[in-house]
Amino acid sequence: MSTSPALPLAFDETRRRGGILTGLLSSDLPRSRALSFILFAIFVLLAATPFLFSGSQPVGTAAKICVFIVLVASYDLLLGYSGIVSFAHTMFYGIGGYGIAIALERISPTWSSVAIGLIAALALSAVLAIAIGLLSLRVRAIFFSMITLAVATAAAVLASQLSEITGGEDGLSFQLPPALRPAFRLFSEPVFGTMINGRLLAYYLVFIVSVIVFLVLLRIVNSPFGRVLQAIRENEFRAEALGYRVVAYRTAASVISALAATIAGALMALWLRYNGPDTTLSFSIMIDILLMVVIGGMGTMYGAVIGAAVFVLAQSYLQVLMGAGSAALAGIPLLPNLIHPDRWLLWLGALFIISVYAFPGGIVGRLRQANPKG
Amino acid sequence: MSDMAAQSSAPAELPRAKTDWLPLLLVPALGLLALPFVGSPSTWVTLTVAGLAMGMMIFLMASGLTLVFGLMDIINFGHGVFISLGAYATLLVLGPLGSWALSDSIGLNLALLGLCILVAMAVTALAGAVFERVIVRPVYGSHLKQILVTMGGLIVTEQLIHAIWGASPIPIPLPQSLRGAFVLGDIVMERYRVIAVVIGLVVFLGMQLILNRTRIGLLIRAGVENPEMVEALGYRIRRLFVSVFIAGSALAGLGGVMWAFYRQTLTAGMGMEVMVLVFIVIIIGGLGSVGGCFVGSILVALVANYVGFIEPKLALISNILVMALVLVWRPQGLFPVARR
Repeated sequence: MSTSPALPLAFDETRRRGGILTGLLSSDLPRSRALSFILFAIFVLLAATPFLFSGSQPVGTAAKICVFIVLVASYDLLLGYSGIVSFAHTMFYGIGGYGIAIALERISPTWSSVAIGLIAALALSAVLAIAIGLLSLRVRAIFFSMITLAVATAAAVLASQLSEITGGEDGLSFQLPPALRPAFRLFSEPVFGTMINGRLLAYYLVFIVSVIVFLVLLRIVNSPFGRVLQAIRENEFRAEALGYRVVAYRTAASVISALAATIAGALMALWLRYNGPDTTLSFSIMIDILLMVVIGGMGTMYGAVIGAAVFVLAQSYLQVLMGAGSAALAGIPLLPNLIHPDRWLLWLGALFIISVYAFPGGIVGRLRQANPKG
Repeated sequence: MSDMAAQSSAPAELPRAKTDWLPLLLVPALGLLALPFVGSPSTWVTLTVAGLAMGMMIFLMASGLTLVFGLMDIINFGHGVFISLGAYATLLVLGPLGSWALSDSIGLNLALLGLCILVAMAVTALAGAVFERVIVRPVYGSHLKQILVTMGGLIVTEQLIHAIWGASPIPIPLPQSLRGAFVLGDIVMERYRVIAVVIGLVVFLGMQLILNRTRIGLLIRAGVENPEMVEALGYRIRRLFVSVFIAGSALAGLGGVMWAFYRQTLTAGMGMEVMVLVFIVIIIGGLGSVGGCFVGSILVALVANYVGFIEPKLALISNILVMALVLVWRPQGLFPVARR
């Protein structure tokens, strides 16, 4: 570890040449015109959602996309960059949510309890991630997948059983600090026809923290540390032979990813003003995350943005489309069942399998291939 | 493995693997350790039989997975869906022959159970063949892709079960004469659990016989140790791989039937729920080891039962604790498979 090998030339050159945007994006540019456009569009839409759309559903969808971008990006750090599959990501997500929920419900609805809850959750996540990593990454990466699955299930069972602390199956509803409550008004007059209330501030809190965490993650994967992770992913023995301690690097990656997931969970709890086993701990969320990472594109942080946006939009709006299709096919045996609105996961699952085989780079990989920067 | 060569000097007998006795002692040691904490011996027997039955069911579901991993180095996260599929396949039998479950004749009841098992094993064997061909074959050799793709297969198959049989849980009746319990003095043993123990033992002994006393078993064990060499000696390892995958899926189907009658409700997610235990068991046993899987299943189930009786709150995480302790003792599991 003392002598890190020189980085490839191209890497240094792009860094020297960059402006502010390149700096913010850690020299890891989208490298495709179509991709840049889509990412820019997603960013602008997310930033302006409260002013563009009326009603609570679009803002709720946008907040969900923001949180999932962080969650999926942090998962991609493990899956795409380090090549290890964890099923405990929802556990850390849940710890973040419960940290906020318990602190705000038990102590007081103030900013200081938000801080206490978040810090306690981060500490717990870090300790758990280190323990799991040291116990299972020592032997084989495949142990890690199975052990994380077991630990995550135990965590979910614990959360629903220890109802004195976690509220059990019902979860916890809580009050937010005054500035984030719907009744709060920042200005007495509406701005661009929209009242700046606490709900809107809460959305921008979620949005801004998500952007910051995403940029930090982007910085981490493009640092020398991130390069080592990718080297380990490509060839564990060679990396070990070069003097990198594989277990330490992998454990560090799983800790960083756990911390980011904890922040995502905290944001989700703040946005929903509620946390329960179904919103943060359930196994189906884990499956959603896997789908988002793979469909968006493993091994690129931008894949997380695209994956989360596509998936959450599909979750909210694909079902409507399928409902129409199902009604049109009524009368034919089995077919209407296959495109019943509740079966939307079937088609995303199929898309997931096809992605793993045919385009391992997901949507981002596809876009970069089809339309290289020119 | 040097002693295998020594044993093979006896011409008639096929060489057998050496037995590692230490982990086997864990089970009786655990039982004896629990006895003073449980208190009354009759409760202890009840708990032990119940735990053994649970362990056998887990073993049935886990054995196929560990064998497939040992032989093909394939980790199938979609294994749980074969459990669900096997469970739902009982509906194919219970639909037309549902009245057999209500009759008092023990013969008819057992015949129904047997038929359910046969149909379920046939269905899951077929599904296993398709799954291997479509989902698994393109990703031989890459664990990461295997985990992802088999998870994808799990999602799609679960959704297909929903599409075919509906999304709501389906209750299924336990045949009349299998309900209730045998009572010997203070000792209460549920009948169905006793049957589960018998079936589990038969399958385990059958697997041991096949693996240790037949030519095909020898090839399978050789394939686990060194597949390239088996192939170099002129055997079609691919065909062996596929048949083991199919057999493993069928075993999951058998486990699914037993599990379904035990729970008496069917849900598409039931396989995935029990998969957690299955993974813990095969990690404890040593990935690829059938004997380890057997010992691990019994160990986990017994600990869960004893701890559940002595300190119910702790039972929720007892499996994880057992796994952590075993891994600290033997990081590769109780019976490490030589190649890995």
